[in-house]
Amino acid sequence: MQQATAAIRVLAPEALQDLISALAATRVVLGPVRRDGAIVYDEISRLDDLPAGWTDRQEAGQYRLEPRTDAALFGYAVGPHSWKQFLLPPREVLFTTRQTADGLDFLPPPAEERTYAFIGVRACELAAIAVQDKVLRDGPYADTAYAARRENAFIVAVNCGTAAPTCFCASMNTGPKAAAGYDIALTELLDGRHEFLAEAGSEAGEALLAALPSRPASAGDLAAAEAVTVNTAAAQTRALNTENLPAQLAAAANHPHWQEVAQRCLSCGNCTMVCPTCFCTTVADHTDLTTADAQRVRSWDSCFTLDFSYLHGGSVRQSTAARYRQWLTHKLSTWVEQFGTMGCVGCGRCITWCPTGIDLVAEATALREAQNGNS
Amino acid sequence: MSMPAPITERGAFVPTPYRVIAARRELGDTVTLNIAPQAGALPAILPGQFNMLYVPGVGEAAISLSGATEAAFIHTIRDVGAISHALTRLPPGASLGLRGPFGTAWPVAETQGRDVLIVAGGLGLAPLRPAIRHLLAHRERYGKLSLLIGARTPPDILYPHEIAQWRANLDLYVAVTMDRADAMWHGHVGVVPLLLPRADFDPANTAALICGPEVMMRATAQALLGMAVPAERIHLSLERNMKCAIGLCGHCQFGAAFICKDGPVMRYDRIAPALAVREL
Repeated sequence: MQQATAAIRVLAPEALQDLISALAATRVVLGPVRRDGAIVYDEISRLDDLPAGWTDRQEAGQYRLEPRTDAALFGYAVGPHSWKQFLLPPREVLFTTRQTADGLDFLPPPAEERTYAFIGVRACELAAIAVQDKVLRDGPYADTAYAARRENAFIVAVNCGTAAPTCFCASMNTGPKAAAGYDIALTELLDGRHEFLAEAGSEAGEALLAALPSRPASAGDLAAAEAVTVNTAAAQTRALNTENLPAQLAAAANHPHWQEVAQRCLSCGNCTMVCPTCFCTTVADHTDLTTADAQRVRSWDSCFTLDFSYLHGGSVRQSTAARYRQWLTHKLSTWVEQFGTMGCVGCGRCITWCPTGIDLVAEATALREAQNGNS
Repeated sequence: MSMPAPITERGAFVPTPYRVIAARRELGDTVTLNIAPQAGALPAILPGQFNMLYVPGVGEAAISLSGATEAAFIHTIRDVGAISHALTRLPPGASLGLRGPFGTAWPVAETQGRDVLIVAGGLGLAPLRPAIRHLLAHRERYGKLSLLIGARTPPDILYPHEIAQWRANLDLYVAVTMDRADAMWHGHVGVVPLLLPRADFDPANTAALICGPEVMMRATAQALLGMAVPAERIHLSLERNMKCAIGLCGHCQFGAAFICKDGPVMRYDRIAPALAVREL
């Protein structure tokens, strides 16, 4: 189950400063920071930037930070940000065009020069990145800028030591232990000590790990790390039964339950903004005052807006019920047909950040049970 | 059937510069543009595919190809919004951007040996025109051909001169119907499906190519099923909001399909369940 034990080391918390510094020599290092009452992802340079000793309390429609009784660096579940904002930026110039004597000249944006290191990527987030890879990189047409950012990113995963009540990754088989897609994976050990078990997942990760002050992992360290994610999985109180769910949701298109959800849904789009797999974008075109130069800018969009489905004469999805149905059905049903995977990784963000506390797990379960009742 | 278009190495989001070489007003609100690349060769197209046409600073719209010459793409555009308005006002010599061609094609190769029924409603004749031209250019490969056209009123008939030329073919049945007649119209009045019984085709060996408003396509497909045309040989061209045309923006989803890459031409048997859901 484990890779070559030589690649598994135990680090003191201070060694993470060496990790950050080594990565910062060539990359923009991004990690969790405490800001505006939430744990968000931003540039970090020092170990002190991490939210040591903080945790979060999450429920449907609720998010609060609270102090912990220890100095854990990663003692919280996921917050409103995801790594999507760096790999698929919320706003991005697609091209600039200029009218010349010979006609139009199209200039692509300059190639991205920054390369990223992500510190603290959770298993569900690795799964979300893998889902976006399928959508944005592996189809007949690739978003080449996304693919380049993705290719160059160095990923330090963190296996979760705490589960929020909104977490359901264990039922989605996406966590809480990182399975693949990382350069280094850390497990924070807080069993009367404060250390990190570190596993390399790539050659680059192995090389970097070898340069950090560390000691070899003992069988006891490995068992302690395993217990962390086993306990986190066991602590999860939400679970989505995905068996046959795509077909059941597809068959439920005309079920009255969508109308019932629509009475609570504000169609605000928060769920799509915090979702780490939602990839929909729109474009806007601008000119300068001379109108000689124009620019096309892509930005995140949401299927909850009326504009999203606008076709000359009106929008296809006029009702909130139709828009909620589109979102939920896409996540849990049509996504499978399109990309061979669900569009949901069980991170629970859409539940926490819904202003009216609509619970994707509860709604999908209600529709499943309604379908079962029908058949 | 979906095939990646030849995308420039500058990325799938960056248009290629084109120029209007001819602009012709078809109807009060509808214009046909012939457009040619500023430099280089014209990409190959298949009947039924579309391009993304870009007006600097205004935006980009998905427009079906209504034909092509050796040197130019032909697009017939109705003024229904800000971008199509700007496109219909481009004079000869004006610059625009183009990405494409994109999307699936009318199955003109797969339908060889069969009777072919072409049903067009309004501007839906434009995306069907390359298929009609192909069928007539290879007339010997097909069985009986029928072209059924519906328009709102007589002045709204698209390509009246070309329809007259098509009518001159003795082995092509052409019928035209109006939603509302005027004093000068002495032909059929009523919706397009009412013309179906007048066309001569063997339902078991017929392929139908349909393009028009969605309600018209649904009604026509239903009528054809009632006449025992197999659902898998009924083909519709669908339209949805589209921003990227390459399956990345999410806007054109129709059930599990992306209209941009799984369509616009789709088999009825594959989309019938989705067509039956309101506001999908």
